[in-house]
Amino acid sequence: MSLHVDFAAVTKDFGAVRVLHDVSFELAPGRVYGLLGENGAGKSTLMKILAGYEPPSEGELRIDGTARRFASSRDAERDGIVLIHQEFNLAEDLSIAQNIFLGHERRRGWLLDDASMREASRQALRQVGLQADPDTRVRELIVAEKQLVEIAKALSRRARLLIMDEPTATLTPAETERLFALISQLKADGVTIVYISHKLDEVERITDEVVVMRDGRFVTRAPTAGLSRQQMANLMVGRELSDMFPPRLPPAPDAKPLLKVQGLTVPGWAADVGFEVRAGEILGFAGLVGAGRTEMFEGLLGLRPRSAGRIELNGRELRLRSPREAARHGLTYLSEDRKGKGLHVRLSLRDNLTLMDLDRHLHPLLDPKSEDEALRQAVADFGIRTRDLGSRAAALSGGNQQKLAIAKVLQPQPQVVVLDEPTRGVDVGAKRDIYFLIQRLAGQGRGVVVISSELIELIGLCHRVAVMRAGVLQTTLSAEQLSEEELIAHATGVH
Amino acid sequence: MPPESTRAPRPAGTPADPPGGSAPAWGGPALGPGASSTWRVKLQAAGPWLGLVLLCIAGTLLNGDFATWDNAMNVLTRTAFIGIIAVGMCFVIISGGIDLSVGSMAALLAGSMILLMNGIAAQVGSPLLTVAIGIVFALVLGAVFGLVHGLLVTKGRIEPFIVTLGTLGIFRAYLTYLANGGAITLDGKLSDVYSPVYYGSLLGVPFPIWVFAAVAAVGALILNRTGYGRYVQAIGSNEQVARYAAVNVDRIKVLTYMLLGVCVGIATVLYVPRLGSASPTTGLLWELEAIAAVIVGGTALKGGEGRITGTVVGAVLLSVISNILNLTSIISVYLNAAVQGVVIIIVAFLQRGRR
Repeated sequence: MSLHVDFAAVTKDFGAVRVLHDVSFELAPGRVYGLLGENGAGKSTLMKILAGYEPPSEGELRIDGTARRFASSRDAERDGIVLIHQEFNLAEDLSIAQNIFLGHERRRGWLLDDASMREASRQALRQVGLQADPDTRVRELIVAEKQLVEIAKALSRRARLLIMDEPTATLTPAETERLFALISQLKADGVTIVYISHKLDEVERITDEVVVMRDGRFVTRAPTAGLSRQQMANLMVGRELSDMFPPRLPPAPDAKPLLKVQGLTVPGWAADVGFEVRAGEILGFAGLVGAGRTEMFEGLLGLRPRSAGRIELNGRELRLRSPREAARHGLTYLSEDRKGKGLHVRLSLRDNLTLMDLDRHLHPLLDPKSEDEALRQAVADFGIRTRDLGSRAAALSGGNQQKLAIAKVLQPQPQVVVLDEPTRGVDVGAKRDIYFLIQRLAGQGRGVVVISSELIELIGLCHRVAVMRAGVLQTTLSAEQLSEEELIAHATGVH
Repeated sequence: MPPESTRAPRPAGTPADPPGGSAPAWGGPALGPGASSTWRVKLQAAGPWLGLVLLCIAGTLLNGDFATWDNAMNVLTRTAFIGIIAVGMCFVIISGGIDLSVGSMAALLAGSMILLMNGIAAQVGSPLLTVAIGIVFALVLGAVFGLVHGLLVTKGRIEPFIVTLGTLGIFRAYLTYLANGGAITLDGKLSDVYSPVYYGSLLGVPFPIWVFAAVAAVGALILNRTGYGRYVQAIGSNEQVARYAAVNVDRIKVLTYMLLGVCVGIATVLYVPRLGSASPTTGLLWELEAIAAVIVGGTALKGGEGRITGTVVGAVLLSVISNILNLTSIISVYLNAAVQGVVIIIVAFLQRGRR
C-alpha cells in the first residue's frame, strides 16, 4: 500500500529555460505534505513530472527505490499516483459515473458494465461525502461538487499518492471541513497527500510537513509544527513580509460618493442590494462562493439581467445595459475569471492593454506607436515584468497577467473600478504589489471595490467591507470592526 | 446555489492550460520564450508565400506558358471572385463565425440583379444608369443578407454554421425558382454596357484584378488599423473576455456578416458581365473555395487570428494549382479538387501545433 517517492536531482528545461534546478527530496508514505512556493516556483512542473504528465530533462524519479520514467499520466496512475487538477478535467456532458471510470471502463464482454460502475461510483461518492446520483450529468453540478467528483475519481483509481492543487479554492467552510476529514482518513489508510495551497492557515492545520520551493529550486523541508505562517511566507518569498499591506489612508472626510446603488436585484443571485463608494475609498465585498457578489456586479454592469435597482454614478442616474456603457460613464470591472473573462491570453500584451480604450489610439486609424507607448507606460507604472513587450499575454506569469488585466481596466481612466478577486492565483510578491497599487488608485481619488475571498486581504486593505450571504447584503463593517471572526460570522449567518 | 447564467456557455477551460494554477511563467514548450515564438509566427506567416513561390517555380519548369503575363493575368482574374469573397470570409472566420451560404448568395444576387436591370431598363432609359442601379442593388442586397445572418447569429443565438446552412439552401432554391430551373439572362444592350466591368482593363491589368487588389487593401487596413478590426480579433480570440472588456460583441459580429455580404455583392457585380446570366449552378461550391483560401492563408478556423495577405495568397495559390494542372498533363485536370484538398490538409497539418 505504501509508496516511497524520491526526487533525485530532477531538472526540467522548457526550450532554453530551466524551470527546475536539481530538485532532490523524499516523500515518506502516509504523510500529508504541504508544497509551498510562489507562482513560477516550479511546484506544478514538479508535480506534473511525478504524475507522469512531463518527463524530467535530467535526474530521476524513484518510486519505492527504483527509478521510474512514466510515459503518461496513465502510467503513473497504475503506480497509484494521481494528480487532481485545479482546473477540472471532467467531461461536462457525461455522468458522474462515466467520468469516474473514463478511460478505465469496466466491461462485460463487449459491452460496458454500467451497473457495476454505477455501484462503485456510489461508494466513492459516499466516501467523499457527495450526495448525488452517479447518473447526474457533471454539467449540473456546482464547482465544489465537481471538486469532490475529481477526488472520488482519484479514489476509485486506488490512489496511493494524491496530489491536490488548491482543492479548497472553490469550497465553502463546511465542504472544506469534509475534505479535511477525508484527508485524515486517507492518511490513516496510508495514502500520501501532497497538498498545494496558497492558504497557509490550511497548510498549517492539515499538513505534517511542508516542502518549500523557490525559483525552481528546493528550499527546505520542515515539520509544519515548527513553523509559523509568517515563517512559511518568508521562506516562499525569501524575504521578510512584515509589510504586506500599505498604510491605510482614510478618504477625505468630505469625499463625495462616486457610485451609489440602491435596491439592486439580479434575479436568482442578489436581492435589494444597496451600497455606496466614496472617492478615495476602498470598499470590500466579502462572502462565500455563491453568495452572489460577482453576479450582483455583473448585473450592475448589464452583463446579467436585473429586475430592479437605481444606479447613480457621480450624482447622475444611469441605466447601464453593457460594460461598454459603464466604461463610458467611468465604471469598469475586472472579472475573477482571468483566463475566461479577464484577459485574451492568446493576444499580445498591447492588444490586451488598449482594448477598452482603443478610441484614444485612433488618429483616425489605429496608431501602433501610441499603443506601444501606452504599453511601455503601463509596464513601468504597474510593474509588469516581461522579457519581451511583443509577447503574448500567455507568456506572463500569473501575477504579471493580473497586473496587465488591472492596467487594462484602468486604461479608460474610470472613476470607480471593481476588482473581483484581484489576487487570485497570484504569488505573495505580486500580491503585495497589487495591494499597493489598489491603495494608489484610491489615493488618486478613485472609488475602488474589491471583491475577495481572502479575509486577510479585505481586513488589511479596505476602509469598509460589505458582507453578502445568499444574495443579500448582511452588513457593512467599518475598518475598526474588521476581524476574521466577524466576517465569517456574517458570511455564514451564525451572527 | 442558483444556476449558471444561460447568456453564454462558459468554456470548460483552455485546453492548452497547464493543470496547475501555479504554472511556471513560461507556460510550457508550446509557448516558448519570446524570441523563438516570434520566429515561429514569422515562419507561419511566410508559409503560404513559400508555397506559392514553390508552385510558381514548378509551373515555370513544367510549362513555358505558365510564366507569361497573359497567363498571370488570366489566373488573377479568375481568382478575383473567390479572392474578394475570401477577404470578407476572413473577417467572419477571425471573429469565430462561418458563412456557408456565400456561393448561393452570389447566385441569388446575380439573378435578382439581372431581373431588376432587365425590368427597369425601359423606364430608366439610359443603359449605363440601369447597370449602375443594378450594381448598387447587388451591394445593398448583399449587405441585407449579411444583416439577416448577423441578427440570427447574435440576437437569435443560433450557431452560424446552422444559420448559413439554412440560407445556403434558401438562396439557391429561390434563384432556381426565379430562373424557373433554367438561366436568367441579361438583355443584350445592357450586356454591352456592362461587359467592360469584367473584360476591360486599366494599364494592361484587367479590371477585376484592380477591384480584388482594392478590396484586399481596404480589408487589410480595416483588420489591422481600425478599432473594428481589433474588436473582430478580440471576439474571435475569446468572446467572453471581449464582452467583459466593454466590446459591443453583437454589433461587431453583425458587421462582419454584412461586410462579407458586401464582398459577395462585389464579386457578383464582377461576375455577372462575364457570362451575362445566372443559373442554378452559378457560384456552386464558392463557399468551400473561399473558406479554403482563408485557411490556406493561415487563419485559424476557430477564430482569433488571421491575415488578409495570407488569405489573398491562399486564394491565388489554389487557382495556380488548377492553372498548372490545366497547362500540364502530369496530373489529370479532373483531379484538381483532389490536389487542392491535399494542399489544404498539408496546411492544416503544418499549423496543428499552434493551439
